[in-house]
Amino acid sequence: MTRLFTSSFSHIILFIGISIMVVPVWMIFASSTHTSSFIYSHGLQFFIGDSFHENYLRVLLYQGGFFKEITALKMFFNSFIMATGVALLSVFTSLMAAYALVYYRTKYATFLFWLIFVTILVPLELRIFPTYSVMAKLNLVNSYFGLIVPISASAIATLFFRQFYRTVPDELLESAKLDGANTWRFFIDFLVPLSKTMIIAMFIFMFVFGYNQYLWPLLVTSSEQYWTVVMGLKMMSGSIVHRFAFVMMSMVPPVLIIIILQKHFIKGVFQDK
Amino acid sequence: MSFLDLKNVTKIYPNGTKAVHETSLSIDEGEFMVFVGPSGCGKSTLLRMVAGLEDITEGDISLDGKLINQVDPSERDVAMVFQNYALYPHMNVYNNLAYGLKNRGIDKETIEQKVNDAAKLLQISDFLQRKPSMLSGGQRQRVAMGRAIVRNPKIFLFDEPLSNLDAKLRIQMRLEIKKLQQKVGVTSIFVTHDQVEAMTLADRLAVINNGIIEQLGTPIEIYDNPKSLFVAGFIGSPQMNFLDGNIKNKTLSAEGFEIKDIQSDFNGDVILGIRPEHLSQTENGLINLKVDLVEQLGSDNLVYGQLKDKKDFCYRCPGNQTIEKGSNLSLNIENNKYYIFDKSTGKRVN
Repeated sequence: MTRLFTSSFSHIILFIGISIMVVPVWMIFASSTHTSSFIYSHGLQFFIGDSFHENYLRVLLYQGGFFKEITALKMFFNSFIMATGVALLSVFTSLMAAYALVYYRTKYATFLFWLIFVTILVPLELRIFPTYSVMAKLNLVNSYFGLIVPISASAIATLFFRQFYRTVPDELLESAKLDGANTWRFFIDFLVPLSKTMIIAMFIFMFVFGYNQYLWPLLVTSSEQYWTVVMGLKMMSGSIVHRFAFVMMSMVPPVLIIIILQKHFIKGVFQDK
Repeated sequence: MSFLDLKNVTKIYPNGTKAVHETSLSIDEGEFMVFVGPSGCGKSTLLRMVAGLEDITEGDISLDGKLINQVDPSERDVAMVFQNYALYPHMNVYNNLAYGLKNRGIDKETIEQKVNDAAKLLQISDFLQRKPSMLSGGQRQRVAMGRAIVRNPKIFLFDEPLSNLDAKLRIQMRLEIKKLQQKVGVTSIFVTHDQVEAMTLADRLAVINNGIIEQLGTPIEIYDNPKSLFVAGFIGSPQMNFLDGNIKNKTLSAEGFEIKDIQSDFNGDVILGIRPEHLSQTENGLINLKVDLVEQLGSDNLVYGQLKDKKDFCYRCPGNQTIEKGSNLSLNIENNKYYIFDKSTGKRVN
């Protein structure tokens, strides 16, 4: 009897928690499928209306911005490029940095690591003007390169990879050496496959980080052609249903990435154990 | 010139620890050499220097007539079996075996041929598609050996490969390693701290202590003729009994007994060594043992007790003899098989 009570009690708590998180999102989605005059007169809706196609298509293809140059579709494209670029580049640099820190036994490896680590304490906002000035001098303002590169060195990812590499037994390296693997081969044939799970986790993490950037893209792009989704959320004008539709769509890419990669992530975790 | 030559090889670690002292050693082609010694004696360091995993501080190592001091481990053509096997966890057994061959740019058909041959030899053909995590300890051990065999190296190096196995499997694998080595005929060095393993596997044995080879020889030579106190104590199970004594004019006096006409001109304080298995019961024997404990092993009894001055002593007798706890035994040394060591230097003097 008590067991039934505790299990239903925990289910109730879970249900309340899920409701608190899901209901607002659902209401925005449901409302985004009505006409705006209906929303203005009847308030937010819980049930789906019949203007889904009309609203979403209009939002995707509407020429927005001050100069009417940018569509939501283009913003999604920009955000996707930026997030993927940041994720790929930061995973790559962190992998390499951690490899060097752990396997090249330089005298100052620990010091260098902590030097990288303290950059966590320096937020992007603090170094944003010098970074902008560098990008401007290199003529990289208004380019994907300028959007991606300055935020693509991740101390946290370096920390994770470093800690992981330190758990890899030395015998593995020695055995690989005797099997004729050079430094590069050991990295490609051993460390990369062994850290696959972590690579995917870091990729998700950095993808969402890149996708959510607001201040940096705002600063480094003046051309509307480079606007990202998160910038678009602020810049969007139009009726309330169109804004709702845009908000809904802006959630799709990160959620999709997590859903797709989570499968591999879980598979990786179970295979290694 | 022999196959593997170590000349005055010394290893000093950056923190100043001297792990190996000017060690010289020659190993013939096809020979099974065992390095045995307590942990931290430098035996693994010596092996790792041969493999190229440790730098050589001083001295030369040459393999097959070629100086290999500066040769990269991958170029030395040596294969090593590690204590924890160091299998590649993300590759299946086939790829574990094939990896070293792939790196040498050997074509696919040859690799397949060699891997299959080695798998057959080691009876792991059924597991080729499995990952190491799905194998038992003995199977992993076989894979580790397979990885060494497929490469057909000049020399096999074993770094305590049996210490992770349970007792029964250890004996079985010990036998298999020996058989395999005889079949394949590759020169091998095997490092262990287990003297039984060392005795059973070795063609020749190097007993190492504090970075120095104390004695080099066949297992029987070393058992019959230990040259120092350390070797005498390390080889043989149960351990040799040691008693304090003194020699004057070819007469050795120990606690409660004397041995006359010994084969030594040494005078002074000595340690007398007697193996538990070199004793027999007689009337009016040299040694009087008060029995504390009897360990019945079936084939043998190990009798532990004390001499007159409370010194611990062990006697090994056939299992069919019944010996009562608390009884007094009178023992003689068989065929004058006793060893006398200089107390100050530990060197053998008879």
